[in-house]
Amino acid sequence: MRRPSSCDGAPDEYAWGPSFGRARTAGPKGPALRELKMKLPIYMDYHATTPVDPRVLEAMTPYFTQHFGNAASRNHSFGWEAEEAVEIARKQVADLIGASAKEVIFTSGATESNNLAIKGVAEMYREKGNHIITCVIEHKAVIDTCKKLEKQGARVTYLPVQKDGRISLNELRDAITDKTILITIMTANNEIGVLQPIAEIGAIAKEKGILFHTDAVQAVGKVPVNVNDLKVDMLSLSAHKMYGPKGVGALYVRRRSPRVLLAEQINGGGHERGMRSGTLNVPGIVGLGKAAEICKNEMATEAERLRKLRERLNAALHKNLDELYVNGSMEHRLPHSLNVSFAYVEGESLLMGINDVAVSSGSACTSASLEPSYVLKALGAGDDLAHSSIRFGLGRWTTEEEVDYVVEKLTTVVRRLREMSPLYEMVKEGVDLSKMQWVTH
Amino acid sequence: MAYSNKVIDHYENPRNVGSLPKDDANVGTGLVGAPECGDVMKLQVKVNPETGVIDDAKFKTFGCGSAIASSSLATEWLKGKTVDQALAIKNTDIVAELSLPPVKIHCSVLAEDAIKAAIADYKAKQDKDKGVPASAGHAQPNA
Repeated sequence: MRRPSSCDGAPDEYAWGPSFGRARTAGPKGPALRELKMKLPIYMDYHATTPVDPRVLEAMTPYFTQHFGNAASRNHSFGWEAEEAVEIARKQVADLIGASAKEVIFTSGATESNNLAIKGVAEMYREKGNHIITCVIEHKAVIDTCKKLEKQGARVTYLPVQKDGRISLNELRDAITDKTILITIMTANNEIGVLQPIAEIGAIAKEKGILFHTDAVQAVGKVPVNVNDLKVDMLSLSAHKMYGPKGVGALYVRRRSPRVLLAEQINGGGHERGMRSGTLNVPGIVGLGKAAEICKNEMATEAERLRKLRERLNAALHKNLDELYVNGSMEHRLPHSLNVSFAYVEGESLLMGINDVAVSSGSACTSASLEPSYVLKALGAGDDLAHSSIRFGLGRWTTEEEVDYVVEKLTTVVRRLREMSPLYEMVKEGVDLSKMQWVTH
Repeated sequence: MAYSNKVIDHYENPRNVGSLPKDDANVGTGLVGAPECGDVMKLQVKVNPETGVIDDAKFKTFGCGSAIASSSLATEWLKGKTVDQALAIKNTDIVAELSLPPVKIHCSVLAEDAIKAAIADYKAKQDKDKGVPASAGHAQPNA
């Protein structure tokens, strides 16, 4: 997977976001027809992480050197300042998701939040039952946590997804038993951007008296998420997916109807209402709060802008190339998200050809496990299409010019690689690839 | 993942991309790999029946940059070799030439398989002309 080089020194003055990588224009191999004002490489992998918004960084900075106090120091102004900043941030995060401030527990990120929610419920409600329902396309932070609990005696149902990437509510209902204590289903998927029917799942969970957790790390700050409308009992989020810093996140834990109790997973001092001990990451939490505030204020316009850019990207790719497949529902999808399989072209070779564009692929060759994406496989797309997939994540600093550059570049590279692809040649000759006897290796 | 300069060169300037007429008695075709594994190579050789020397070689590959480079390099090496010399090309030669990392060794194995399959196909065709029953070691349509 291509990664952008880190931001050069100080971010640009607020003009239009941080500057990525070296300031160079397209070389002789790139579209050289017009003067390119944008900087390369282009970052289009906003699902992986986002740059810190300069406004967020500005809010954080004083809390490293000037207001460096420990939020748990109750006896002097250094501690009070830190605590006050944390409480402001708690309110900012709560406001973004329609919660009250006391329901927000700060953590090191969504992986920890998911661990705390799932393990915390499994341990606390052990007497009540040992069955958890989740789904096959969850992030590994949920799946691996469930697998660990299975080893300790829990029973876990992994719901399949339909072709559009969404779970079936009937299958969810059928999976519920009198031992079910938790349903954990992600709000939006990190690879395909598909939104699950969270409000409907919340209603079912409430009706059955089962706790409902959602990993909303990709959705919070991008689309409206309200824990009361959605009837969510716990929700994980992370700062670095919404233009805040890495290493800080939060878990929303409902305090009334029902009051959710969690067995703490980290002991030592009883911070965060005893649910998560450890000195608070004050600058990070301030950054998360500021990031949440910006998202709340700008979400509507930003989502609309990105939706248009995403449509521009999708439409132009389909206009230029045949045999493209969008993975997952187009209707129930994050506005900045697109996942496309370019049939008969292998993903890693495609990434190699667009090496000044940072995107990621579901190809086995790009993963540590050498297995193609389990998410795309779960959609039933077939391994061959999983190998050919590219995930585009647009974000706060994506421009129309960048989208057009990516389209142009991808079109050239896909055409070139298809000329080189025996599969494309065979299909054009009328061979049915599914009827071939392949020698697997 | 960092690619060696040779892999990048073959990826950007692949040698001998294309197809030879597969029904030609002097052309051997090898088709190895599988779409669900993420790589398929088609490698073809055209052999001069008088001399037994490979006059031309072409490839088409669906796969990562290292798979493309391995097959491109294979066609380069095949040209001018006799069939027996071609069979002596080992995947480890390709690994060394392209500095392939361990996770990409299977690309070189596939290229060696493609060479062997192409030559087996050529030999089968020659035998068939002489009335010997054919055998095939590569992918083919189901009957």
